Amino acid sequence: MKPHNIQFSLNGEKVALSVEPSDVLLDVLRGRLGIKSPKVGCDRGDCGTCTVLMNGKTIRSCLALAVEADGAEIVTLEGANSRKWTQKLQKTFHAKNAFQCGFCAPGVILSATELLEKNPKPTSHDIKEAIAGNLCRCTGYEPIVEAIAETAKGK
Amino acid sequence: MPITTEFEYLKPKDMDEALHVFSLYREKARALAGGTDLVVHLKENLSRPEVVVDIKALQELSGLTLKEGTLRLGALTTFSELIDSPVIKSKFPLLWEASLTVASTGVRNRATVAGNICSAVPSADSAPVLAVYDAEVMTRSLKGERRVPIGEWFTGPKKTALLPDEIVTAIELKLPEKKHAGCYMKLSRYEGEDLAQGGIAVLAFSDNTYRVAACALGPVPARCPKTEAVLGGNKLGDKLLAKAGDTILQEVSPISDIRSSKEYRLHMTRIMLGRALEMAVARLFGKGPKYGTENIC
Repeated sequence: MKPHNIQFSLNGEKVALSVEPSDVLLDVLRGRLGIKSPKVGCDRGDCGTCTVLMNGKTIRSCLALAVEADGAEIVTLEGANSRKWTQKLQKTFHAKNAFQCGFCAPGVILSATELLEKNPKPTSHDIKEAIAGNLCRCTGYEPIVEAIAETAKGK
Repeated sequence: MPITTEFEYLKPKDMDEALHVFSLYREKARALAGGTDLVVHLKENLSRPEVVVDIKALQELSGLTLKEGTLRLGALTTFSELIDSPVIKSKFPLLWEASLTVASTGVRNRATVAGNICSAVPSADSAPVLAVYDAEVMTRSLKGERRVPIGEWFTGPKKTALLPDEIVTAIELKLPEKKHAGCYMKLSRYEGEDLAQGGIAVLAFSDNTYRVAACALGPVPARCPKTEAVLGGNKLGDKLLAKAGDTILQEVSPISDIRSSKEYRLHMTRIMLGRALEMAVARLFGKGPKYGTENIC
């Protein structure tokens, strides 16, 4: 396999590295770039724990080849503080103790960030739809939905 | 899970270059757009290509346009683009409704409609909708272009009419001229993200004609012509719905699998058909739930 030299913006900083065509973005972020917020969950796109923002949209980093990130802007939870809603969400989740084990938290926060950027006044259904792809195995969905709703209302 | 298959990655900048690669590698080349199916297949060794061809730099494959009653979805059009498009929401609300049921936002941001029909799983949500809109799949190889009616596209579970040296360039849908309304009803195990246990798409027209298609209820997503014939020309009523329900059961052939039993699928096919028809007709007269409303649970 011919390795590829790629460059992309990771949380606002330029990174350059050489990757194999078969390297998966999630594994490169975690294993080589020290970015640990995206988690390895189902590893096939169903659970949402590996969520990162690519060019402003949430994607499954377990279903992206690292080489596809060439030229892109990747934001993970570590670098999402510059976005309007992320810190507000984190504060509300913290205040409400809305996460239990926290494994799904980075993915949920990024999905909620994307939702509120597009739709700052979401209905309960909009919120549930936005996080439908983020599985919480503590099944603490109610406080998660409430925390997103409260963040949107600015409580 | 690492990908153990070794392959080269190419990202051609123009169509000619891409088509040369597919002409040379044929079955050993795999097109990469959203990757939401391909990367899973690579991880699970269900696909072992020699070369993965990233088609995202091919400008002519992107964008959706509605011109003179024909909607052209470039092969790179994602489900999120459909959901965010005012044109789709206002002119092709049935396609909009079905797009909302596909996986979840993080998947829809990358997954393409063309990829959905190229993966060609029996449960492909876009397929019955494309079928009732009489869509055509545009393909291209060095030898030229082809236009494949969606009814001839699916040749078996995960099999399509795409030739090894071809790529899909676009999907075209004709906006029906007659007044119409639709409904996509998807049966799944829970609200939110799931593959269809069964899906029924209906278009109802003001002259009491109907188009019906199903997914996950047979080896390939397909129109139900006998059911359409029974319905055609008639106003909906209990007797007609019962007859249509009997007829569609002759046209579907579901299996039992991890998501549900054959018997449950058959039972629900009749119910889904009835509800989808009633909902489409209600929408035709400006009533019924808004498109995108959870319509089955």
